[in-house]
Amino acid sequence: MALPRPCGDFKRSWEADEAVFPTAFSRGALAAFLLLLGLAPLAAGDFWLYLLNLCGIALVGAQGLNILTGFTGQISLGHGAFVGVGGYTVGILATRLNVNPVVALLAAGVAAALVGLLFGLPSLRIKGFYLAMATLAAQFILEYLFMRAAPLTGGAQGLFVERPALAGLAIDSDAKFFYLIMTVAALATAGARNLLRTDVGRCFVAIRDRDIAAELIGVNLFAYKLLAFALSSFFAGLAGGLLAYYVQAINPQGFTVLLSVDYLAMIIIGGLGSVLGATFGAVFITLLPELLKLAIDAVGGWLPIENIFPALREIIFGLLIVLFLLREPEGLAKLWWDVKAYWKLWPFAY
Amino acid sequence: MPDNAILAVEDVSLSFGGLAALSGVSFEVAPRTIHALIGPNGAGKTSLLNCFNHFYTPTAGRIRFEGRDITALAPHRIAALGIARTFQNIELFRGMTVLDNIKLGRHLHMGVGPLAALAYWGRARREEIRHRRFIEERVIDLLELEDIRDQVVGALPYGLQKRVELGRALAMEPKLLLLDEPVSGMNVEETQFLVRYVLDIREVWDVTILLIEHDMRVVMDISDRVTVMDFGRIIADGPPAAVQHDPGVVTAYLGEPGRREATA
Ligand SMILES: Nc1ncnc2c1ncn2[C@@H]1O[C@H](COP(=O)(O)OP(=O)(O)OP(=O)(O)O)[C@@H](O)[C@H]1O
Ligand SMILES: [Mg+2]
Repeated sequence: MALPRPCGDFKRSWEADEAVFPTAFSRGALAAFLLLLGLAPLAAGDFWLYLLNLCGIALVGAQGLNILTGFTGQISLGHGAFVGVGGYTVGILATRLNVNPVVALLAAGVAAALVGLLFGLPSLRIKGFYLAMATLAAQFILEYLFMRAAPLTGGAQGLFVERPALAGLAIDSDAKFFYLIMTVAALATAGARNLLRTDVGRCFVAIRDRDIAAELIGVNLFAYKLLAFALSSFFAGLAGGLLAYYVQAINPQGFTVLLSVDYLAMIIIGGLGSVLGATFGAVFITLLPELLKLAIDAVGGWLPIENIFPALREIIFGLLIVLFLLREPEGLAKLWWDVKAYWKLWPFAY
Repeated sequence: MPDNAILAVEDVSLSFGGLAALSGVSFEVAPRTIHALIGPNGAGKTSLLNCFNHFYTPTAGRIRFEGRDITALAPHRIAALGIARTFQNIELFRGMTVLDNIKLGRHLHMGVGPLAALAYWGRARREEIRHRRFIEERVIDLLELEDIRDQVVGALPYGLQKRVELGRALAMEPKLLLLDEPVSGMNVEETQFLVRYVLDIREVWDVTILLIEHDMRVVMDISDRVTVMDFGRIIADGPPAAVQHDPGVVTAYLGEPGRREATA
């Protein structure tokens, strides 16, 4: 990141230089943000809390896809189905076996990771569009299984999921879910960021940037691509598990290729490969339909657009993606850094 | 002799379609030497290096490193045995900073698993800091990269990129360092610096250097041994002074007047 370093920023140790939040100000800002977020349930009504919860779940999944597509450069159109694997794992474990929610969530992550690993195998031989097609095939195969493995998945009707209880405390309100979801979301985000500052994450980015050079310095391409698939799907599985507990009903319609496209849109609009970008993207794409709905309600009195709303949403979606690809390929994250760099130097913009 | 050679090239041939890029190439590199590989454009020098890394598969012959046959090993395994490389056309991670590029050179010396990496806790954290110190003290300091460590590589001038690529290769702590035209495209001053770095490296690190170079003064100055190629064959092999006056070499170079002067 070519941000100008503030004057007087002389690091005392290499350790300090490796920190993600290097200044007292940035650490304070993070603490303030987390505190405000923690207080949100007091201020937000049920509707906004519901939206925030959906944002948090989307964030977990988006950080996952960003590891695979953003860091490692492997395009996946199967992420929605991997989220589904997590959802069904929780559905089955919670309803049929009454498993502890923490165990069920971890199992959801592990199950999705294994499935992701399996469908990541073609990535050794194929890249780019061909890999996108292979992951699309994974999406359709899994959708088919969700639908057809009825004894396990409940077929087209899906499964009803009981609300979880943690250590005797029933998680039965939007506010309680908020804390569960945000904890997982914060851990997922911190995990993704940490990954980037260790060898594992650097190897992922190396594979994306120049796979020949990566091999040359000793990176086992096959092992690391599979690892990226597994980690990415682990996050997807966690997101699916949370979703299952939260919305209490899962069925194949919830995990179609449209969900995969939504996740891709999140990380593209947010800024591929940027952890902050995935955060922005997840919030933006989750809120977009709601904001559109509000906007349409506002003008709905005069314009008969009620019926075409779903189509309108997709069109605006598509337009936004094209616009971002053309105008700001580095996404919302880039806008954020620009604004930050501006304020850092303000009022002396030299 | 074969037993103490760090690298032994045995009868290696390579062809692209009908074109024979290498025909029966054999020579050896002795440990802790600076060994130059020279020859006119298209002689097959880079192709030979690509066989060492197994980016190309020889059609015949074998390559042994420290006695072990590496001809069929995967490129990342060859790197793990201790062979590092820089490229004629620079193969850096252009979107990353200088520091991250060099850190990637430490990959083979890092062993933290994905879960520890997600947590950046305990071993993962200590390992990062330890290698950061190694890089700062052993590589960045030696190659004088302090001022640009946080810059994105793609934006740097060509000469600096070459130095960063050398830094990444060094960070691997290789036993054998393959340098493909390290001073091409550099001005006189940059060339002098690079020559000094190469000599420093040999001094400080326990490493053997095989270098492809067109600049004859550089070759004659620093090499212990010179191997000359032309049209995919070895035409001379010996100490620099002997090779310089070898009639075959003189013909190869003078056969096309102006060819050398253009790049020297
Ligand atoms: N991938 C390839 N496909 C086809 N031909 C190739 C390939 N790589 C090299 N060659 C050919 O092999 C021959 C040797 O090329 P090579 O790059 O090894 O020469 P070189 O000695 O490194 O030359 P220079 O001094 O110009 O770098 C040339 O005729 C070249 O065109
Ligand atoms: Mg060459």
